[in-house]
Amino acid sequence: MSDRVSRRAFLAVGAAAVGAVIQDTVAAGRVYNPRWAGRAQAPITAADNDPGIQAIEKQLKCSCGCGLDIYTCRTTDFSCTYSPGLHKQVLALAEQGKSAQEIIDTFVAQFGQQVLMAPPKRGFNLAGYFVPSLAIIVATAFLVRTLRRWTRAADVAASESAPPPDATPAELERLRRELDRLPG
Amino acid sequence: MTLLGHLSLWLAFLVGLWGAVTGFAGGLQGRADLQQSARHATVALFGALVVAVISLEVAIFRHDFNIEYVAAYTSRNLPTFYLWSALYAGQKGSLLFWATVLSLFAMLAQLLTSRRHRAYLPYVAGVTCLVATFFVTVLLFAANPFERMAFTPVDGRGMNPQLQNPGMVFHPPMLYLGYISITIPFAFAIAALLSKKLDADWLVAVRKWTLVSWLFLAVGLLLGMWWAYVELGWGGYWAWDPVENAALLPWLVMTAFLHSVMIQEKRGMLKKWNLALIIGAWLLSIFGTFITRSGVIASVHSFTQSSVGYFFLVFLVVAAAASFTLYATRLPLLTAEARLESMVSREASFLFNNLLFIGIAFSVLWGTLFPILSELVQGTKVTVGPPFFNQVNVPLGLALLALTGIGPLIAWRRASMPNLRRQFAVPVTAGVFVFLILMVAGMRDFGALMAVSLGGFVVATVLQEFARGARARHRQFGEPVALAALRLIGRNRRRYGGYIVHLGIVLLFVGFAGMAFKTETQATLRPGESATLKSPYGHVYTLTHLGVSQYHALNREVTAALVDVRRDGKPLGRLKTEKRQHVDAAGNPTFEPSTEVGIRSGLREDLYIVLGGLVDGTEQAVYRFTINPLVWWVWFGGYVLVLGGLIVLWPGGGPQAVKGPRPQAGYAVKLEAER
Repeated sequence: MSDRVSRRAFLAVGAAAVGAVIQDTVAAGRVYNPRWAGRAQAPITAADNDPGIQAIEKQLKCSCGCGLDIYTCRTTDFSCTYSPGLHKQVLALAEQGKSAQEIIDTFVAQFGQQVLMAPPKRGFNLAGYFVPSLAIIVATAFLVRTLRRWTRAADVAASESAPPPDATPAELERLRRELDRLPG
Repeated sequence: MTLLGHLSLWLAFLVGLWGAVTGFAGGLQGRADLQQSARHATVALFGALVVAVISLEVAIFRHDFNIEYVAAYTSRNLPTFYLWSALYAGQKGSLLFWATVLSLFAMLAQLLTSRRHRAYLPYVAGVTCLVATFFVTVLLFAANPFERMAFTPVDGRGMNPQLQNPGMVFHPPMLYLGYISITIPFAFAIAALLSKKLDADWLVAVRKWTLVSWLFLAVGLLLGMWWAYVELGWGGYWAWDPVENAALLPWLVMTAFLHSVMIQEKRGMLKKWNLALIIGAWLLSIFGTFITRSGVIASVHSFTQSSVGYFFLVFLVVAAAASFTLYATRLPLLTAEARLESMVSREASFLFNNLLFIGIAFSVLWGTLFPILSELVQGTKVTVGPPFFNQVNVPLGLALLALTGIGPLIAWRRASMPNLRRQFAVPVTAGVFVFLILMVAGMRDFGALMAVSLGGFVVATVLQEFARGARARHRQFGEPVALAALRLIGRNRRRYGGYIVHLGIVLLFVGFAGMAFKTETQATLRPGESATLKSPYGHVYTLTHLGVSQYHALNREVTAALVDVRRDGKPLGRLKTEKRQHVDAAGNPTFEPSTEVGIRSGLREDLYIVLGGLVDGTEQAVYRFTINPLVWWVWFGGYVLVLGGLIVLWPGGGPQAVKGPRPQAGYAVKLEAER
């Protein structure tokens, strides 16, 4: 008799335990294994979505080695352990009332120039920005000069070798128009 | 199998050396027996390397984890689909794959080249065997995929989750095919220089191979962009990463070549330039390989740092010195047969087009190498990221887009003012019309405004060319206009296929312009809660988090979040985004959890949803919602570009198929006596 009661009690306790687990995992909205979803995330705040903060973060490189800016890294690689900290640092500096440029300067002072997604436009870095444009301008000038020389030489050769056209200017213009009409 | 793999690599090394020696000796001495031996060597080289590839694949499928490469890139529970692609998932395997494909191309160049270009073939065999031997040397002495370990692990490390995507199965081979096949045009260029047969004949042999290379590289780049977009989760497709840049460089140079080669074919000009472009494109492909495999520049794409970088650096320097020395000795033989007659001519516009292509290539190369240069000069490391590349390259890209429309409108040799007026009237009007419409619609982003307006100009140019050609056929043969337009493509595939490529480029630029209007927001949502996001078109998306489920699939534990999507209150369906924790056969986690993006793609915009993670292990999810306008046009533009490339590549139909001299102008008339 006592055995039967104890079995019933055991089943009741077991059912209660299973119910508690189910309630904990389902009713309370807990997932089966949180680790499968990666690092636990903090809820998004208004500051996280602030376009001003995002604009600053897009100019600063994450130090995890991904090559992305802080904003893109923290909203893409959710396993990155660097970008959330760097984001918090940006938020803290903004809360101190620092301007965008001051925040960027603070990061440069801390991490060096390589924290910027593009080198600042001063000193040797100017070569980075202007050498391609200068090279193209010089190449264009060279090309135009060469083309002029070629076309002048071709004009001279044509005037020396070609017999005068046996046609009136009107006929020549008509011929030119006809040739223009041909595809290609 | 490793013994067979080792032996076949050594055999490939010896056969490659033999092919190189007999190829060059046979060509220089004119000995038919050596030439034939070199040709056979390319077949034997391919055979030996195929045996090596099969050996490695067998080891991968048998899970022989005693082989370091198999243990490093595969695991027992890796899906079969990805067991195949494990061949090129790592440095060593990809080098073997590279050498094998190169030997395949070397063999095909010998088998498929027409008889009239036979004089070049011994040298082509020599160059291709030499390059393949270099890769086999790297495999044997620095990156042997058959290397065994002192112990055998129970399971392998598995493949990086981001490589477990269909895009990654096809993207690397396509890129490799593009990279590797550049060796064939390069080999023909060296053959022309060595044999001193520098007339337009080598160009005919080389043009198709360059097109093959260009097309593979284009497909590889596009697949890479697609993979980055659907897999990486950052919401973009091009990040100006050094390795992406390295793949773009030879493509730009080859595109310049495919334009300037027309001037050499039609007018016998630019011989020096064209040879330099082909040599440059190949050297850039080796440079790209050096960047990817040496770790000299930090990149997310790079293989692990190893000594192979030194091999590639030495090879690059030696190859560049040898190629340009040979080139310099042949300069007197490369004089132009004709002179440029006018600054306003198709030839001149192609020269400016070349200038821009090379200018963009230079600026990309400069930006890629600038961090190294900065460290050398000022001792400071700098980062050269997308803001730099966009600032420098967007204006150049727009100028190039303008020339895409201008070039076809200008006549060969010399364009007259009436001709220019007649040609430009409709396209310029179309471009201005598009510009005004966009202004009225409120578009103010200068880059995007110019890209779409110039796109309108180029599309009008192409349509005008098609309309004129079709009308001419309609007049001449009485064909219906639609049929005439189709036959137009069939009869001159190169020209009209090229125009279709131009249309593809316009679509790509329009797609790129769309990214200027990207909008995004982050939100933390409990089941049943919603976030809203306004699209650039003014639509309001309501995104409701439905819940999170977890389950096991293949080699991973999946956390899936479901989102209900409504636009302006109208239901559009549900999107799923996932976190995947890959596990080994024993269920232990192997890598950091990766993200699978939920994408709803449309003509106007893509809705792009990323699950960031969960709050405190509950169903409260952190999302990033992004609206990417016009991304679909990038992929569609890619299809159009590839279609145009295939039309150009398709055999026959070109003007060169016509025997005898082609009339430069006027009408072809059959004389009485010819009948």
